[in-house]
Amino acid sequence: MSATGIGASVRRVEDIRFITGRGRYTDDINQPGQVYAVFLRSPYARAHILAVDRSAAMDVDGVLAVLTGREMAADGIGDLPCGWLIKSKDGTDMRQPPHPPLAVERVNYVGEPYGVVIANTLAAAREGADAVMTEFEELEAVVSVSAATRSAQIHDNVPANRSYLWELGDKAATDAAFARAAHVTKLEITNNRLIPNAIEPRAAIGVYEPSTESFTLYTTSQNPHLARLVLSAFVKLAPEHKLRIVAPDVGGGFGSKIFIYPEETTVAWAARRLGRAVKWTGDRSEAFLADAHGRDHVTQAELALDAGGHFLGLRVKTIANLGAYLSTFASSVPTILYGTLLAGQYRTPAIYVEVDGVFTNTAPVDAYRGAGRPEATYVVERIVETAARELAIDPTELRRRNFIQPTDFPYQTPVALMYDIGDYEASLNKALRLIDYAGFPARRAASHARDRKRGIGFSCYIEACGLAPSKLATALGAGVGLYESGEVRVNPTGSVTVFTGSHSHGQGHETTFAQIVSDRLGIPMENVEIVHGDTGRIEFGLGTYGSRSVAVGGSALMKATDKVIAKGKKIAAHMLESESDNIDFDTGVFSVRASNRSLTFGEVAFAAYVPSNYPLDLEPGLSEKAFYDPTNFTFPAGAHIAEVEIDPETGVVVVVNFVAVDDFGKVINPMIVEGQVHGGIAQGIGQALLEHGIYDETGQLITGSYMDYCMPRADDLPSFIVDTTVTACTHNPLGVKGCGEAGAIGAPAAIMNAVTDAIGIKDVVMPATPERVWRACRGE
Amino acid sequence: MNVALTVNGEARALDVAPNTLLVEVLRNHLGLTGTHVGCDTSQCGACTVHLNGDAVKACTVLAVQADGAQITTIEGIGTPEDLHPMQAAFRECHALQCGFCTPGMIMSAIDLVKNSPNLDENAVRHGLEGNICRCTGYHNIVRAVLAAATQMGSRVS
Repeated sequence: MSATGIGASVRRVEDIRFITGRGRYTDDINQPGQVYAVFLRSPYARAHILAVDRSAAMDVDGVLAVLTGREMAADGIGDLPCGWLIKSKDGTDMRQPPHPPLAVERVNYVGEPYGVVIANTLAAAREGADAVMTEFEELEAVVSVSAATRSAQIHDNVPANRSYLWELGDKAATDAAFARAAHVTKLEITNNRLIPNAIEPRAAIGVYEPSTESFTLYTTSQNPHLARLVLSAFVKLAPEHKLRIVAPDVGGGFGSKIFIYPEETTVAWAARRLGRAVKWTGDRSEAFLADAHGRDHVTQAELALDAGGHFLGLRVKTIANLGAYLSTFASSVPTILYGTLLAGQYRTPAIYVEVDGVFTNTAPVDAYRGAGRPEATYVVERIVETAARELAIDPTELRRRNFIQPTDFPYQTPVALMYDIGDYEASLNKALRLIDYAGFPARRAASHARDRKRGIGFSCYIEACGLAPSKLATALGAGVGLYESGEVRVNPTGSVTVFTGSHSHGQGHETTFAQIVSDRLGIPMENVEIVHGDTGRIEFGLGTYGSRSVAVGGSALMKATDKVIAKGKKIAAHMLESESDNIDFDTGVFSVRASNRSLTFGEVAFAAYVPSNYPLDLEPGLSEKAFYDPTNFTFPAGAHIAEVEIDPETGVVVVVNFVAVDDFGKVINPMIVEGQVHGGIAQGIGQALLEHGIYDETGQLITGSYMDYCMPRADDLPSFIVDTTVTACTHNPLGVKGCGEAGAIGAPAAIMNAVTDAIGIKDVVMPATPERVWRACRGE
Repeated sequence: MNVALTVNGEARALDVAPNTLLVEVLRNHLGLTGTHVGCDTSQCGACTVHLNGDAVKACTVLAVQADGAQITTIEGIGTPEDLHPMQAAFRECHALQCGFCTPGMIMSAIDLVKNSPNLDENAVRHGLEGNICRCTGYHNIVRAVLAAATQMGSRVS
């Protein structure tokens, strides 16, 4: 392995600009003559818009326009679509309410935009927005997810506020498994609503060029090509070839920047209408109100076991809160990305899940780090741990008894997925060593001696990543293919510019992808430049989410790189008077097999662009594109173990140890992978102990700032012990699985299993705040 | 109102509205976009700069309050060729991912180390609780600050 090759912890290329303040985020960009947008947002969770009086706003010095959904509709701007069609168990299509970017007659969540004020300065736009007088007729809000189907109907075309009632698995076989069970464990659990909170708020600048009737939209997107596709095909902003989307440095996403939102759409439209560049930078309060939220499930689960502690069946009924509208991928999260993961790491022969997807008068809910898989893991790993306690079997032993074994792969689960490879016991064993499980009783006794409660909790998670095989995904309702594209452009002097449809918003693509290409080509990493985030420069792409970047985007680059090498062999064969089958390529050198005749990569690149001594039947140039469509999902899996200490007098939970052993397949850059795991664990601990998006009964968000929504801070978290095991993915050329979401998927169940173990109670609702824990310790 | 500042060693004279924030002056008037805005309640710390040598949240300081002050931003502590030890440690320890909180985190960390002759993990974690990072889980930030503290002359345990 070279110092920068695959497997090396290369320090990141992108860091120099970030640590010196030279990053270029959307709000850092300014356009000549730009004007500023401030959105008019609903103060009510559900209301009719009766009248919008703009006169006072238009009198504010500097205000250029007050626009509402009516003008937008009149200009032919279409609704924001949901890209994944889910069918109910009765075969009918999910119900999708109209979702205009700016509300026209009704508003359905606090913070929903219904208009925009545009002014020469941000201050004037704010003053103008304050001066708009809007008359609302407030209606009764639907807030409770459990009561949504029995509440007032929010959308005219959605009876009972139900988008779908979806099912997966064999109900009869599962019921039969319960009929013969020796033991049934039941658990009712809540997966708390989370607000993503990338530290860079969303922002956008719309630019319209009348001479070419074309748009450029600078925006905080995880997937600029998808934004272009949706804005063209559905929103009807402009034909695709007249739209350029640039997502420059993006300050975190965690899913929340996948979606096509009202604000980005509006500034592009307004730029054409006003003939000026229009800039909007969201503030944190807007992010809380109007970024898509995550999770928010209420679930009843039952696990059937035989007398030997073997799982016979799992039955799950979930109500999933979709919020007020279907966001871009909202429908798939509590279904395709949730129900399919309920087998976990276990040979449970029969599984049946039913999901009630309901609308409420709250912000739309969509993918947030893990997206469905944390929810599935929470169900499986909480109920397995609960069963172990009920049966008085060590929770690690119960898991071992039911693990899918290495010899079982490929393994077809009863919930649609085919796992390709894994070794779950290897991860668990390593994690147990790292946390010193054998020493836990002594540590617990020491805690008790100090009047503290100590608990340990396990979470053996699995996730489906590397989204996704297009044929399978589209058969399951996806409106887009989920391949990735890449281009490896060798410049005449032998340096390489790489274009990827994947997008980095913290993951470090400029480093990892350069490692992949430079390793393959045997050239210095500094000779490779990674370009991403601009539809004007990159042919196509599906972006970054679902831990897919290296597994899908990296594989596309491998394919393109191999095409470059294949063409290089033809050029070299001609120049070396041999046949391309007789040319070897190794560490940047083309050579005739069993000879001393060779050419460097740079010499071949130069010949491709100065084709004097060159094959007649070969085009000049050395630049190759590839699309990679995976043949299966990848299945990262691992064992997370948490150890907590609780002060029963205060209810404060301290995470004293956290071990994560993950099998991500082969690893390109271990340093970056560890960083991804750290961040995921922090978000998982945040969900378990701190974070909760709360609406009151009238639909007001009462956790709408960092004063109220408890973000994990440095002093809330421990240092983590992170390690890996490796079973290489069997179906992509890099053998990689994906690492971005594992921490957020595995950690919540580990923490809550530890908290409940410490207290000696079946469940504490997440987040396990000091008040809840204090009450639980008192038996309340 | 007229405001005179020394920013990263350079004298700057500005005419600003009285309600202009220091962070707006830095980003919008002076083009120093390394200082970021991540919230509107003085909680996230992405806008942290040094005012007369002390870390402040530039979203909570009026430009006129800074009249006559020495301001140092992330652009003023080192260059790609000559990094501040804290900048170097952040890169070496992979203490940043998306980079958005990073300038504020580095400016806070420098202030913390400067005012802490003795540092350990716990002190770093408490010292940085005014800066929110959503990417790293803080693990590598803590490592970086302790590594830089050694370089900067603090005693680390």
